[in-house]
Amino acid sequence: MKTKSEFLRKAAVKAGDKIHRAKILKAITTYTGKVEGMKSAQYHDWQQARSLAAQTKNYVLRHLPDLLEQFERNITANGAQVLWAEDAAEAREHIRRIFRERKVRKVVKSKSMTTEEIEVNELLGGEGIEVLESDLGELIVQLAGEKPYHIVTPAMHKSRQDIAALFHEKLGVPASSSAEELTMAARDHLRSAYVTADAGITGANFLLAEGAIVMTENEGNGRLTMSCPPVHVVIAGIEKILPAMENLALFLPLLTTSGTGQQITCYNSVVRGPRAAGEQDGPQEMIVILLDNGRSAMYGEPEFQHALRCIRCGACLNACPVYRTVGGHAYGTTYQGPIGSVITPHMRGMAEFSHLSSASSLCGACTQVCPVQIDLHHLLLKNRAKATEEKRGVDLWQVGFAGWARVMTSRKRLEGVRRLAVAGEASLRVILPHALRKRLPLPAKKSFARLWQEGAGR
Amino acid sequence: MPSDQPLSLFIPCLIDQVYPEMGFSMVRVLHRLGCEVRYRDEQTCCGQPAFNAGHQREAKTVARHFIAVFQDDEELVCPSGSCTAMVRNFYPGLLGDAGRKQAGAVFEFSEYLARADLIGKIKGSFPAKIAFHNSCHSYRELGIAEVPMQIIAQIDGVELCQPAGEPVCCGFGGVFSVKFSAIAGAMADTRLQMFLDAGAEVVVSNDPGCIMHLRQECTDRGLSMRILHLAEFLDEAMADHAGGRQV
Repeated sequence: MKTKSEFLRKAAVKAGDKIHRAKILKAITTYTGKVEGMKSAQYHDWQQARSLAAQTKNYVLRHLPDLLEQFERNITANGAQVLWAEDAAEAREHIRRIFRERKVRKVVKSKSMTTEEIEVNELLGGEGIEVLESDLGELIVQLAGEKPYHIVTPAMHKSRQDIAALFHEKLGVPASSSAEELTMAARDHLRSAYVTADAGITGANFLLAEGAIVMTENEGNGRLTMSCPPVHVVIAGIEKILPAMENLALFLPLLTTSGTGQQITCYNSVVRGPRAAGEQDGPQEMIVILLDNGRSAMYGEPEFQHALRCIRCGACLNACPVYRTVGGHAYGTTYQGPIGSVITPHMRGMAEFSHLSSASSLCGACTQVCPVQIDLHHLLLKNRAKATEEKRGVDLWQVGFAGWARVMTSRKRLEGVRRLAVAGEASLRVILPHALRKRLPLPAKKSFARLWQEGAGR
Repeated sequence: MPSDQPLSLFIPCLIDQVYPEMGFSMVRVLHRLGCEVRYRDEQTCCGQPAFNAGHQREAKTVARHFIAVFQDDEELVCPSGSCTAMVRNFYPGLLGDAGRKQAGAVFEFSEYLARADLIGKIKGSFPAKIAFHNSCHSYRELGIAEVPMQIIAQIDGVELCQPAGEPVCCGFGGVFSVKFSAIAGAMADTRLQMFLDAGAEVVVSNDPGCIMHLRQECTDRGLSMRILHLAEFLDEAMADHAGGRQV
């Protein structure tokens, strides 16, 4: 219940914050313009691309165990090591052991939501290991002591002025710095870390069963993170698999078109393993941690399995009018917006997170934009039904709807109840909670049915 | 296509209980266009409030009542995209074959006007700056996009002031607007601002839920903007128009 009351509190604060709303609306309007432009510039038939992507992902899900084993076999043959983590605790344990054995003191990280999911920064902090976020957006939220606001654009909620003030305080740059000057300040702050770090941690946008990890980015920091330090640790969800390199022709532009409105990102790295004999670059060791953490539980539920098609492009967040209103921090989850509200109750517990599935008007804008055709708003509905089934103890809504169903199966009962409601309307309003009182309309003096019986409309 | 049977009115609970005038506007418009209608007064609700809140059992109970009431009717017309979507898109999953049979019989008001080829017969006048708020369920569940605009364009004196871009949710969402009233209110504020920025004086919509929610927001903000149901808009536009009555 704590997660729910926290959400309600934070959401109400943000809902009333018009400056926040204007900032997000501005960022998302720019984004939408780019995305829509790129869809028509880059695709003859966007709908068909979505459909093909969904089918490819369905194939992956049907063969998931097999493809994961292929991945393990093939990338191991390339010299990388594969570890499996059933949950966040096991993944953290792997990382703790890897870094202790190698006496790692300093880590540089690229942007990765799976590392947020298992709270790597908190873990390493506890181990006394210095962690530096190398993605500009992630660096901004790290310096601000915040969590990512958005799965693709973690600092979406900060204007240039906000960032200048933050960098002024933390990095000592002039408060009047331009966007270019701020980027250069971040670059100076980061560059030396790549060569002094003992390990680099990245996520992966895709895993190829033929034995490679794929990362897309715009700053080049990810490539430095995975290639400069002696150890490269990858943390990736098990659903990230694609069969082969050729699938990237569809999936890379699909991801960037939906995610940022780009034709393709500036840097796209396909890494087949650590430095091989005779090669001069790359880490000496590469360790891939395959993270389950609730995914196979979703995999086992036929109605919900297809949510694992998600490629984390963030389009559903941007399309969502609730996300635009409450912002990314109100959710209190790693994955915000519609996809987060669909998967978090499965990954972290229906009882604690089902309120997120209810916090949607079911407008369907998310489903409309999803590049892999996840039926997001209908999955929210299914979550609600599942939450009702699983609920234990007395629930006022349950009692209310049982009474409602009794009334709504008879016109006579309905008219009886409405007579009571009309008569007691004034006193009813006094006892109702404020929100309900304000939003509950006055019943008309007579129902349509009654007026019709009296001859109206004929 | 339209049969010899009178068209059966499917009046959403919100219209039955709160806005009966919207229902009678639809009846008058249909009469003027030459449609014979019938009303089955045992009808109550389609079950959507419970269904959307995750209470499937109660939704099923009410949906069965709905089917029992309407089982003999070939065509139903409903002044709500959302309630139409409940029957058409969700009854099959909820009730199987009985649900599938009912699903094919229900049409949203504007959809019905297009289906019965009545749009060309609409004649009226409503000199005002108008924007249309397509309900999310009408747009995304039923795929209704152009038809309501074509209907509005039939009316003389209308100056369309439509906000650019995709239809955006007003924040109603049934029980959502009660459980999460602060979010729902802010969403209405955002949507209303889009209409104001587009210069609209009157917002026409096809869902009583959206209309209730937007009217509430207008009251809260002290705005004089009118929010009308498409049926009310047409009823008013056609009222004194000879062309409308000759059909």
